[in-house]
Amino acid sequence: MAFGKRIGLSGLKYKGGGTMLAWLFHRIGGVAMVIFIGTHILASFSNQQLGNDLGAQLNLIYTSTRFQAVLYFFVLFHTINGLRIILLDLWPQFLKYQREATWVQWALFIPLYGMVLYFMIVNSLAGG
Amino acid sequence: MRPRVVPQRGLNLDYVMWLFTRISGLAMVLLGLVGVVGALLMGARTEMDLPTLMRWTFFPNPNHVINSDIPDMLPWAHAYWQVMQILVIFFGVSHGINGLRVVLEDYIDRSFFQILVRGLLFLIWLGIMIVAVYLALTSYQV
Repeated sequence: MAFGKRIGLSGLKYKGGGTMLAWLFHRIGGVAMVIFIGTHILASFSNQQLGNDLGAQLNLIYTSTRFQAVLYFFVLFHTINGLRIILLDLWPQFLKYQREATWVQWALFIPLYGMVLYFMIVNSLAGG
Repeated sequence: MRPRVVPQRGLNLDYVMWLFTRISGLAMVLLGLVGVVGALLMGARTEMDLPTLMRWTFFPNPNHVINSDIPDMLPWAHAYWQVMQILVIFFGVSHGINGLRVVLEDYIDRSFFQILVRGLLFLIWLGIMIVAVYLALTSYQV
């Protein structure tokens, strides 16, 4: 992405492939987790110290199944993608296989996420 | 988005934080495993749903799962878990705020603005650290 060029919506068609998607999810998930955990800590603190129900209000969102499905997606993806980055940084001779490593990463991610999503949906339908 | 300019070779902030990001990432995975294994050993075998699991994993504080079905909070009210909480807080908050710095600095240039962003992020880091360590140290005691 050259700086100063107006690329408009054509930037969305950038064909970076799976590794670019991993970079994007890692970034979105990282910022999302900073916002989630930051507000969670501040809300708990104001709940405990000031006695208002801001923390309880936020917990209504945080304990909903939909929010948890999205949050768990980003937490799990950020973890697995981060482990791939750490492993490839420790052994840089394998960097040429990073496209394959991204596929391994999805092969780990999809069953782990799918399993948890299945039980979350079943429990929420059962009213748990 | 622009390439970042590294001021000098050797030990600089970008290199140190690059290394710290890797180390703290691994440390959080290990601390999460410690939290899960500890919770399972202390009897939380059937009472754990995903939010409870995440709460024990990333912040093993007895006050943190006040709404869950864990019957006995006493084993968690121990200095060992306070140390674990503070370690998770330190690695997590530093990793997150540094990540925010990396993301933001992709979109700003090296100017007064960068100093402003770094100062603000340091203040946010300090505030969250103080609040979270306070929560860990004043948690439920036996």
